[in-house]
Amino acid sequence: MNVTQRYRYLYKPLVFVAGIAPLVWLVCGAFGWLGASLGADPVKKLEHECGKTALNFLLLTLAVTPVKNLLGLPQLLRLRRMLGLFAFFYVVVHFSVYLVLDLELNWSTLGTDIAKRPYITIGFTALLLLIPLAATSTNGMMRRLGRRWTSLHRLVYLIAILGVWHFYWQVKRDVREPLIYAGILALLLLYRLVRSRLTARAAASAPAHLTSRSRVGPSLRPSASD
Amino acid sequence: MSTRVPRIAPSEITPAEVYFSRRALLAGALASGVSALAHASRVPPLGEPLDYSRNKSLSVSEAPNTYEEITTYNNFYEFGTDKQDPSENASSLHARPWSVRVDGEAEVRGTFTLEDILKGQSLEERIYRFRCVEAWSLVVPWVGFPLASLLARFKPTSRAKYVEFTTLYDVHQMPGERVAILNWPYVEGLRMDEAMHPLTLMVVGLYGRVLPNQDGAPLRLIVPWKYGFKSIKSIVRIRFADTQPRTAWNVATPHEYGFYANVNPQVDHPRWSQATERRIGAPFLAARRPTLPFNGYVAEVASLYAGMDLRRNF
Repeated sequence: MNVTQRYRYLYKPLVFVAGIAPLVWLVCGAFGWLGASLGADPVKKLEHECGKTALNFLLLTLAVTPVKNLLGLPQLLRLRRMLGLFAFFYVVVHFSVYLVLDLELNWSTLGTDIAKRPYITIGFTALLLLIPLAATSTNGMMRRLGRRWTSLHRLVYLIAILGVWHFYWQVKRDVREPLIYAGILALLLLYRLVRSRLTARAAASAPAHLTSRSRVGPSLRPSASD
Repeated sequence: MSTRVPRIAPSEITPAEVYFSRRALLAGALASGVSALAHASRVPPLGEPLDYSRNKSLSVSEAPNTYEEITTYNNFYEFGTDKQDPSENASSLHARPWSVRVDGEAEVRGTFTLEDILKGQSLEERIYRFRCVEAWSLVVPWVGFPLASLLARFKPTSRAKYVEFTTLYDVHQMPGERVAILNWPYVEGLRMDEAMHPLTLMVVGLYGRVLPNQDGAPLRLIVPWKYGFKSIKSIVRIRFADTQPRTAWNVATPHEYGFYANVNPQVDHPRWSQATERRIGAPFLAARRPTLPFNGYVAEVASLYAGMDLRRNF
């Protein structure tokens, strides 16, 4: 198999399985199958684990670029869309559990929570911002939007910040775990900041005909992603 | 799973190892955050049986939560901040020998052994509702005696307006105290009339047996009409004070946790509603329960707060 085939037939399916696994485990836990358990407060646990899984996938999505650059694995980019969509998926499940099992579909309470509880305002905003990203994740959309796709998808930086902030403000007292997420996110964002500064500096000092760095999404290169 | 367990003979108790034969396995998920599911907390072996009578008139008629639920789902940050941490880490606590220092505005002061504290007290079992500020609740069959009858022994003077309690501070026995989640040691307090109220219980047992470490051994307070953080555990000091004690959660986050902390569905926590609660052990898809004013003890305690603005004095 060449690299493209490996990614298409091996790595992506593996990532898919790994992405579904947390959900499978949580569903087993909810119904007590296979010895899994969500503990004494299952709804809270389910909400919490879906939220953390979503954040994990979000951070993984942001980690693709640094890892592929530092390890010289450009094909890793093929996995990023799936990782991002899993983040969106778990955010939707997290919100659905909260809406259906916690709020019991009480829409007025939802409105009050979003309006009155800052951490929920932030979380809900992050959810809303993820929707256009998920909707424009297809190859067709990447082609149609061209350069604007990249600009739109930079929203993921803000979404990740809001997600970690939502976690930090939700915790009762022990902020250690949210702070770890914040630290990791800071490193991932710092990487991009440093890289863009270095690139800008290189572009400024290099001759004009050598600075045709494409700023468009990967789909314009035919074999870049599936 | 949540079967009612009134008085249980030792021979009927399933050994903990058998009870916990199902162990949660971790799916090797690439990005999962579900590691917490892997913990199977240990149900403590039953303590020594206590000699007590049943106080039916001060007990609720709801079925109590199981021994497993009450001993493996705990907020006891002195042993870690996850709900299963106390049951996993509380074995380092030596609940015997134990002594309690009594001081402040009282005629009788000094250090008393646990046996001394219990001398002359008749133990009774009371099944109380327990409501955590996090909006979950339990029904617990505590065994103890009225705090009023203990405090009377020390002859508090007229300057004693409040009673302040302090938890053990010993990082070797309570490793969670190495992390400054709260300002250790944990301090709580009650107004004198709240402390002398017939419902306020000094607890030494659970399900007719000596209290397990994770539930606040060997001596804890239970104030059933207040949020659970008022019910201080593992008490080593009782002080009669003339000013309102500086209580742990109120000092840590004053706009979220008040001194009174009466259960009140109409006064929300700034970050979540207190109108409903989740009963621990209820089936996964069960609805939340409406929270009752004063946790259902309104008839017994409302008069203590007549004329008080319960929103300001939350």
